[in-house]
Amino acid sequence: MAAISREEVAHLARLSRLAVTEEELDRFAGQLDVILQSVARIGDVAADDIPPTSHSVPLTNVYRDDVPVPCLTQEEALSGAPDAYEGRFRVPQILAEED
Amino acid sequence: MSDLTKMSAAQLAKAIATKEASAVEVATAHLDRIDAVDERVHAFLHVDREGALAAAAEVDAGAKTGPLAGVPVAVKDVITTKGVPTTAASKILEGWRPPYDATIVERLRAAGTVMLGKTNMDEFAMGSSTEYSAYGPTNNPWDLGRIPGGSGGGSAAAVAAYEAPLAIGTDTGGSIRQPGAVTGTVGAKPTYGGTSRYGLIAFSSSLDTPGPCARTVEDAALLHSVIAGHDPRDSTSIPQPVPDVVGAARLGASGDLSGVKLGVVKEFAGDGSEPGVLSAFHESLEALVKLGAEIVEVSCPHFQYALPAYYLIAPSEASSNLARFDGVRYGLRTGDDGSRSLEEVMSLTRDAGFGPEVKRRIILGTYALSSGYYDAYYGQAQKVRTLITRDFEAAWNNVDVLVSPTTPFVAFPFGSRTSDPYQMYLADLFTIPTNLYGGPAISVPCGLSEGLPVGFQVMAPTMADDRMYRVAAALESAVGSLTPPTL
Repeated sequence: MAAISREEVAHLARLSRLAVTEEELDRFAGQLDVILQSVARIGDVAADDIPPTSHSVPLTNVYRDDVPVPCLTQEEALSGAPDAYEGRFRVPQILAEED
Repeated sequence: MSDLTKMSAAQLAKAIATKEASAVEVATAHLDRIDAVDERVHAFLHVDREGALAAAAEVDAGAKTGPLAGVPVAVKDVITTKGVPTTAASKILEGWRPPYDATIVERLRAAGTVMLGKTNMDEFAMGSSTEYSAYGPTNNPWDLGRIPGGSGGGSAAAVAAYEAPLAIGTDTGGSIRQPGAVTGTVGAKPTYGGTSRYGLIAFSSSLDTPGPCARTVEDAALLHSVIAGHDPRDSTSIPQPVPDVVGAARLGASGDLSGVKLGVVKEFAGDGSEPGVLSAFHESLEALVKLGAEIVEVSCPHFQYALPAYYLIAPSEASSNLARFDGVRYGLRTGDDGSRSLEEVMSLTRDAGFGPEVKRRIILGTYALSSGYYDAYYGQAQKVRTLITRDFEAAWNNVDVLVSPTTPFVAFPFGSRTSDPYQMYLADLFTIPTNLYGGPAISVPCGLSEGLPVGFQVMAPTMADDRMYRVAAALESAVGSLTPPTL
């Protein structure tokens, strides 16, 4: 049985904001199924009572000194923007206009 | 080819400090070498001739001194360089010029090294062959029809082809060490948190580690010591002194390993490796025994689950990290014709800007993190990560370092592993456990199999990076460096 269906891949692509083509869907569904079948072995390890590791460095509450330091200027921060307007990032329409 | 390009970084630094050669001469020799061979190797995505010559002139004017002053270095294109194009080998960042330097780039500049340019890689450092670069693969200087490893194939190939004596790579699952192994060069992954991630375009934040590529162990150690150390701008940076890696490399080069215990990982000894890789590995063990080392077989029973754990953890983190490429703040924007919503433009931009492996991993990571699957996949992988760490810690009770081949196979021909992504993932079978644990590891050339380089991996405890340099330098003193065929 397949670990993941073409429909599930399409749903995940939508969640990931990837406008994948039909041809990509066909290819990814098969490949992701092979990958998932291979990594599913992880379930064989008895680890119920094992604490998870998110990070290898056991540091907590890392703060820098509360001293102002220079940061990017507005011009620098906008220097790579695909579109900018009056010192701001300009984006396509977010809310639909009412008819 | 100029003799200057054949010299080690240590030799170049000495020649420049004693005025036997000027930094501008050294930079020019390497830039000319790039002009002569990079059309065939394609190690570089961008060459900064002007910037390199200006930096070299500063050194010649006496403005910068230090153990690597005037020595050229190439930087993997996943690391931000102020005003110099940085793409992570992705179309989504084509033409982007970052407004700031990564911490390690700041340190390279402060040390007077001369940045030659940016090196090719698998897109966003996802791959083991550079075949996933959006700008075409890098060719292995040993055989131009074969892969140079990945993701940092450009950095390793630049060093192997004498285009640069030093390069910076990043290692998330083996992306410094595996390219080192298949190009016959040295590649070291420092302790996680030992080198700053500030300015490194994030792939898997709990694993990503910048580190050095070089032709000798001493050179790798010199570069390591320049870039390492605590950085307040990286909250996972370790606030401790950098281990004396240069001293350890020089000690190891004396060829005495008396009293050093090497653990051979039982689970990595047999299946999966090519016969030529195994025989080069075993000959290296014999050479190390002659230098006084003791060999102990060590069992690390959970290492067999490292690859599955990695391919759940890394894509999960990547799916989150790569959400920042939304066509708003930098990089590509596609389909914004005035009729489409932000969400539509975002989805079109990401589909046009990301290559196939990046999309696969984003989808895989989104799956592993989704409700209903989280416990079975991502959560379970994090528990297995704990067990792998415990395997390492148990090993340190009995041995000083662990050793294995770096990668199970020598450089493979282009196209031989791209149709089945999991076959590509197997290249990192031996390198991944270290990333999950967080310790340091190094690959050093140990011989040839069918005329192609084989790498020997030394893994050490967290913040004991010096140990791996000592053993690697000792092996280098016994085996010698490998010289690729003339290009």
